[in-house]
Amino acid sequence: MIDLYLDLPVWIQSALKGLIVIMVIIPIAGACSLAERKVSAWIQGRPGPNRATVPWVAWIPFFGKFLQRLGVFHLMADGAKFIFKEDVLPGHVNKFYYYLAPLVALVPALCTIVVVPFGAYFDAATETLQPVILANVDVGILAVFAIGSLSVYSLILAGWASNSKYPFLGGVRASAQLISYELSMTLSVIPVFLWVNAPGGNGTLSLFDVVQSQSQPGFLGGMWFVFLMPLCAFVFLVALFAETNRQPFDMPESEADLVGGFHTEYGEFKWSLFFVAEYAHMTIGSGVFVLLFLGGWNPLPWVPLAPLIAGLPIWLGGLIGIGVFLAKSLAFIFLFMWIRWTLPRFRYDQVMTIGWQKLLPLAIGNVIFYALAIAVIERS
Amino acid sequence: MATEFTVPDVAAKTAAAANQEFETEKMSLAMGPSHPSTHGVLRLQLELDGETVTHCAPVLGYLHRGDEKIAENMTYNQFVPYTDRLDYLAPLASNAAYAAAVEKLANLEVPARVQAIRVITSEMARVSSHLMGLGAYGIDVGAWSVFFYCFTEREKLYTLFEELTGARFTTSYSRIGGVSRDVPEGWTDKVVAFCDQFLPILEEILKLLTRNKIFMDRTVDVGTISAADAISYGLSGPNLRGSGVKSDLRKDRPYWGYEQYDFEVPVGSKGDCYDRYLCRGEEMRQSISIITQAIAIFPAGSYYAEDARRIFAPKKAKILSSMEELINNFMIVTEGPQMPAGEAYFEAENPKGTLGFFIVSKSGGVPWRMKIRGPSFCNLSILPKVCQDELVSDVVSILGSLDFVMGECDR
Repeated sequence: MIDLYLDLPVWIQSALKGLIVIMVIIPIAGACSLAERKVSAWIQGRPGPNRATVPWVAWIPFFGKFLQRLGVFHLMADGAKFIFKEDVLPGHVNKFYYYLAPLVALVPALCTIVVVPFGAYFDAATETLQPVILANVDVGILAVFAIGSLSVYSLILAGWASNSKYPFLGGVRASAQLISYELSMTLSVIPVFLWVNAPGGNGTLSLFDVVQSQSQPGFLGGMWFVFLMPLCAFVFLVALFAETNRQPFDMPESEADLVGGFHTEYGEFKWSLFFVAEYAHMTIGSGVFVLLFLGGWNPLPWVPLAPLIAGLPIWLGGLIGIGVFLAKSLAFIFLFMWIRWTLPRFRYDQVMTIGWQKLLPLAIGNVIFYALAIAVIERS
Repeated sequence: MATEFTVPDVAAKTAAAANQEFETEKMSLAMGPSHPSTHGVLRLQLELDGETVTHCAPVLGYLHRGDEKIAENMTYNQFVPYTDRLDYLAPLASNAAYAAAVEKLANLEVPARVQAIRVITSEMARVSSHLMGLGAYGIDVGAWSVFFYCFTEREKLYTLFEELTGARFTTSYSRIGGVSRDVPEGWTDKVVAFCDQFLPILEEILKLLTRNKIFMDRTVDVGTISAADAISYGLSGPNLRGSGVKSDLRKDRPYWGYEQYDFEVPVGSKGDCYDRYLCRGEEMRQSISIITQAIAIFPAGSYYAEDARRIFAPKKAKILSSMEELINNFMIVTEGPQMPAGEAYFEAENPKGTLGFFIVSKSGGVPWRMKIRGPSFCNLSILPKVCQDELVSDVVSILGSLDFVMGECDR
């Protein structure tokens, strides 16, 4: 099977990888939208979506009813609705950019997953842990930031191309907010890589190596970075909320004052693309957070994965690795939703104040502190 | 022929550009009538400089139905359903205020039981209206779950309303000289049970917002209304009290026996959105206290004024057994409750503020002229002043804190 794959021309291999990306991220994003509805219902004391069903499924004893109560068919119904709705083009928009914006939202989100390892397996031949990843590039985190931040263009394009006042305000807010928080976000991961790239090692920005350095023996070696660098994790978390436009930082779309913000003029499938993109960003953001600070696929702090799965068949070990990683990511996505349905929303100027006057100095001070601390530790 | 080229004077151009102010344009933005945060069909014509409001003009009338004119064309009891649709978030309170105004015209004293029923229902309406206001305010500042918690409690109240009046929303409970039906058996116990379970839930809901840093950032010192402004713009209800003016008709000019109940009138200190929010929260607690007190001393007796023979239609058993009662019923139903000539003004402390009815009668069953003083209308009059130089998001916050209802504002 593997040999068959390796014999294929490179472009078919790439196409297959691309297909896998879409097959992985779109269902997760869809499941997130359902989860959001169910989690919000749970928080607000309602049953949530539990009505839609498809013929015959309800006849399956127990399981059919269970699926219906879970609301999985709402997901399909929503998808079908968005696809079959009339594709309305408002007369006042700039057609080209109007159509481009949802694509620009989705494509970077799908691209970033390429460099994010979502599991690990134990290679018996080399006796090393290998990442389950589409492209294990050295620049890892840089690629995530570089491609991920392109999605700001989608909000700006949507805001401008809609040629309408509320989307315009949303687009202006989006551009200012996303650029402001990107600084803090990038600064917050620098200590992590200072720690990972100890002198003598080969310099790397790969996310796989970040997890590897959280799986070392010893007290400091096995410690997850969230315990080692709580401030980094905090700054990254806040910036992540802002970057993914999640409440309390959902300025670009804050529906109370801007109706729908940048997507006010969007409908049907184009609208849903924005949302798939938002959830995809959320999924990847959670994944990156788990890799950077929560030990990736290591089940517990000071309990690395490699010895646990060393004796198991390769597929089982791989599944365990992916399972641990996914479980952590999903728990993190739950945190996103929990916060969204609990906290009120900031005002736009407050978001900017927090970004520039609180988070950025904190991130800079944090970098300086850890740079000194790491230097001291490595000298001794 | 040689072409002459002129070398542009770069230095002069740069200097000119530095001196020149950027020409900025103001943007006009129509907020509403179909906007998620204008709570109905209010339209604010905003003039924005960036995101700062430089001018705000409320445009009213999208829900104007001519209620005052309609009142001139129907008998007094027929107008009761129209009062449901004034403040449709507290119809029981509007019903009772209207009936009290007409009774003042007729110089009619209603029995103690009717007064107690009106107090209980009005306070329940106040709780329900404030719950709605609080929930909607939650949405305005982005706290969605608060809305659902409030709505769950409001549903329980509506179930009680349904049991009492037969309708959940448009109750039409009052009649001139009484109420449409007596309190059902066991209903008061259910109300007490509701009050007992409601107080801890209310604390829980308020806890989500009161000390929440984000909520305080959004509301403290936003939309500040000074006490002098509040009075001169004719604000009433929690909006007036939020500005620190201790004015409550239930205390100042007690009606329906409010003087026998022990309750506090909460007032704010600064008059910002946060104070108004705190006032509403405290008013709910006080209302619950009034309800339990009123039920504790719930008087027995008739649910209508029995001596009001030409005003309140007699009971069916009497109609079927007595010729005189039959004629009386016929006259009241066809020609309306008979009022003396004169005029009367009555205002009650409604959830949204002071709801007043001014009725001019030339005797007979139909008012000659009726003027309604809607508190929401007066409360909104301060919008242009208070929205000046605030951000767009603050306008939403201010609107929510004023807690208006367009049905009563446009009438």
